Amino acid sequence: MSSFPWLTTIGLIPLVGALVVAFLPASLADRARQIALGFSLVALLFTVAAALQFNAGSSQQFQFSEQHPWIEQFGVSYAVGVDGIALVLIVMAAVLVPVCLLAAWHDVPDSGRRQQTYFALMLVLETFMIGVFAATDVFLFYVFFEAMLIPVYFLIGSYGGPRRQYAAVKFLLYSLLGGLVMLVAVIALYQAGPGGPQGFLVDKLTGITFDQNAGRLMFVGFFFAFAVKAPMWPVHTWLPDAATEAKPATAVLLVGVLDKVGTYGMIRFCLQMFPEASTWATPAIIVLAVVSVLYGALLAIGQTDIMRLIAYTSVSHFGFIVLGIFAMTSAGTAGSALYMVNHGFTTAALFLVAAMLIRRRGSKRIPDYGGWQRVTPVIAGVFLISGMSALALPGLNSFISEFLVLVGTFQRYQVAAALATVGIILAALYILLMYQRMMTGPKPDSAAGTPDMSHREKWVVAPLIAAFLVLGFYPKPVLDVINPAVSRTLQYVGVTDPAPAHPGTAAEGAVK
Amino acid sequence: MIASLSGLTTEFVATKINYGAVLPMLVVFGAAMIGVLVEAFAPRAVRYGAQVGVALVGLVAAFMAVVLAVGHQGSTLAGAVVIDGPALFLQGTILALSVLSVLAMAERFDGIGADAFTAQGAAAPGSPQESAAVRAGATTTEVFPLTMFAIGGMLLFPAAGDLLTMFVALEVLSLPLYILSGLASRRRLLSQEASLKYFLLGAFSSAFFLFGAALLFGYSGSMDLGVIAKAIGTQSGMDGLLVPGVLLVLVGLLFKIGAVPFHSWTPDVYQGAPTPVTGFMAACTKVAAFGAILRFVYVGVGDSRWDWAPALWAVAILTMVVGAVLSITQTDVKRLLAYSSIAHAGFVLTGLLAFDRVGVSSVMFYVVAYGFSTIAAFAIVSLVRDGGSEATHLSQWAGLGRTHPIVAGAFAFLLLAFAGIPLTSGFTAKFAVFSAAIGHGATPLAVVGVLASAIAAFVYVRVIVLMYFTESGGDSVRVVPPSILTSAAVTIGVAMTLVLGVVPAPLLDLASRSALFLR
Repeated sequence: MSSFPWLTTIGLIPLVGALVVAFLPASLADRARQIALGFSLVALLFTVAAALQFNAGSSQQFQFSEQHPWIEQFGVSYAVGVDGIALVLIVMAAVLVPVCLLAAWHDVPDSGRRQQTYFALMLVLETFMIGVFAATDVFLFYVFFEAMLIPVYFLIGSYGGPRRQYAAVKFLLYSLLGGLVMLVAVIALYQAGPGGPQGFLVDKLTGITFDQNAGRLMFVGFFFAFAVKAPMWPVHTWLPDAATEAKPATAVLLVGVLDKVGTYGMIRFCLQMFPEASTWATPAIIVLAVVSVLYGALLAIGQTDIMRLIAYTSVSHFGFIVLGIFAMTSAGTAGSALYMVNHGFTTAALFLVAAMLIRRRGSKRIPDYGGWQRVTPVIAGVFLISGMSALALPGLNSFISEFLVLVGTFQRYQVAAALATVGIILAALYILLMYQRMMTGPKPDSAAGTPDMSHREKWVVAPLIAAFLVLGFYPKPVLDVINPAVSRTLQYVGVTDPAPAHPGTAAEGAVK
Repeated sequence: MIASLSGLTTEFVATKINYGAVLPMLVVFGAAMIGVLVEAFAPRAVRYGAQVGVALVGLVAAFMAVVLAVGHQGSTLAGAVVIDGPALFLQGTILALSVLSVLAMAERFDGIGADAFTAQGAAAPGSPQESAAVRAGATTTEVFPLTMFAIGGMLLFPAAGDLLTMFVALEVLSLPLYILSGLASRRRLLSQEASLKYFLLGAFSSAFFLFGAALLFGYSGSMDLGVIAKAIGTQSGMDGLLVPGVLLVLVGLLFKIGAVPFHSWTPDVYQGAPTPVTGFMAACTKVAAFGAILRFVYVGVGDSRWDWAPALWAVAILTMVVGAVLSITQTDVKRLLAYSSIAHAGFVLTGLLAFDRVGVSSVMFYVVAYGFSTIAAFAIVSLVRDGGSEATHLSQWAGLGRTHPIVAGAFAFLLLAFAGIPLTSGFTAKFAVFSAAIGHGATPLAVVGVLASAIAAFVYVRVIVLMYFTESGGDSVRVVPPSILTSAAVTIGVAMTLVLGVVPAPLLDLASRSALFLR
């Protein structure tokens, strides 16, 4: 493995792209979208090239590591590196950004400053998303975690729907509150750690035995921020508003990628650094996760707004992910990591295809549709496939991850697993009801002459459906990358399948 | 009592003066005197240019003198002035911020004199005398020497080695500010009301300070902070003088930083004063006052902190919460920034309450970061106009992001810094003070601090919503194109806000190396 700074490069490409797009001379202003897409594709190319060099059998926790001193007085380094989980999430983000840019082609119709800003913000967001998954310094992670909010805030607030102000402010305040609570924990973590000019490195903060109460409080600080981000019941209320008011492409990046930072953070920070507190909090979190699964699903059934419905399905799916993480079995946690990737693609497909329908019909209300499979058969078909992926049909991507999560959970928490299984049935209900109401029935007269899926839109959904099928039939490459990272994390927690052997004794020395 | 008398000598001995150490103050006071002479003798036409020139040259020269004074640290003037790391750091900060403030004050747009100041302060608003003064082309160029005197007092304030010097510095910095507050060129009655209010409450707080100093003199037999510190270890049975004395002195000092419950003047004065003066007060006065509090608390009475620190904790909590909560209800951008500055004072207090060297360095870093941002913010406020006067009502800022993207972008960035978003100086500064607090037993303060930050963030975010996501209310609001002076002040302020957010290490390092008080 060369010392080429892969992660920094991948992160910088969209940032450079954002600057280029934002400051394009007026003569090139109508090329802004192409240029933005080009930069995101280059970033994807580099990401794939890096992923191919990833060594799943490495003894290091993090690969492609880079480390430079940044603010030594605070113990902060610019340190990046990825393990399997971070890598697959970065790949997912790098795939989704070009897809979203393509889907957002006509979001801001007139070329000019406003359109350039829109695409530039999306690219800035990509930089932060890659940074947040790649950071191996807690402070650096926090910086990306918070800085990420700003582009999203402007994307929702400037380009969103009629209630965009409300949604943008609500999103920002929820996230900031979570982040600021985490800030206290971040500082306290440093103080409890070894300190020094590199005291914020994840490596140095792993395997510390904290004072029990302090450790638990810090865990709560981190977990609160991640739960808001994920989002879990009862701090999920910002998500439906943000998702329905944002442009669909923004909603995809928000729900598909940004929210993963929450669940990713639970694995990377909560489990790895606070094993004792994690096991202590597990019962409560399992309950919250099950509530999220069922509550999200039930509310999804009751929605009449397509975007809100999809947002609530995500609340339910995030419940599954959290459930798998805190089941702390190799199957459950690996399933959750895989679920994060799958959910990204599935949600992207649902949001983007729904957006195609909304653009054609001009309404987000499900009752305004009906019989659309006769109007736009291709869109209807793709919508059905995306829906099937969301309800975890065997053969499509989500099935494997959902199955792993449930199997992993069942090994330790039979009741929770059984209750969560109800979530699958509810998923079938909300997806199929939505499909039935929107697509089946007599052909509506009003929709005559509506064009079916365009070439550009086919390019938008093609990679997503390809991902459904590949991850549905042959997830082995991804699982091979995820599994070592998961087993290492579980080693830090000190649990083994199926029952905890020595709870509370974190396996130290595994680092390096 | 007897012991303290032995310090007095019967024979008069002239004290040695370390001129290298006090040079910055001499330069600033000298420039102020020259300014007075210019005001008296120079013809009206050249006064503006001469005054601005004298002030800027004086400030830059004083800054260089501060750099030179690093080699002359020590206690001088018989202990009345102590030039040590924190004093020099804060003096340098005050001078750097003052340069920006003077640049902003000197802005004249198309007029003949500094735009923010009235033609003749003594003329009653709306009176024939006023119009006569305007017709005659009168300008209040005396604001520049006044500012220089205030800066001189500010330089002395954090370097004062005894309570009497501290009091003198307090008055020297306050009196010009009282006058400057009343000289606004528009909404003059509001400005004069602000001035009077500031003066009355300021006089009141000075009285508190003096009474506290008297009690501490009674307790220790000296005004000298070092002697008071020694007395705390040895003197027994006089706590009835010590604790009230400390608290009363603190009242006088906390008044200057606008801490709750001594904050009631802040919104009115910040609103009424000429906007560049508001920026000057918000930045430089805070730096100086925090420097004085640091010295008083760390050098003088730190050993007795168990007796009075709880009161300071309460003040810090109140300051953060009240500042943040009340800023929500504000509809005037200057009042909003005033409440925001109150909340920020609370955040700084959390760092101060660490009672550790990192507490000192974090406070010093915070005031630098906040100072640059706040001067730039007020300078931007002075540019947004409706007709002739400043458009300070928030509703007038609606849609500014569309009509004036650069100014609105700069202001939004400063607001994000106030909110403490990473990659701005506001975040680094908050991190520094909260980390000092958490590291030294003040975790509850930090928790209150982050919650107050979240509340305050709502306020800043709301302004951004107004500027960017709301349609413009009317098109009479516009940004006056600034001259090089204001542009420079805003650019430097915004640039520092970014730089201290991205590469804060050098300044943090300097602050941490300068954080040791000479006792």
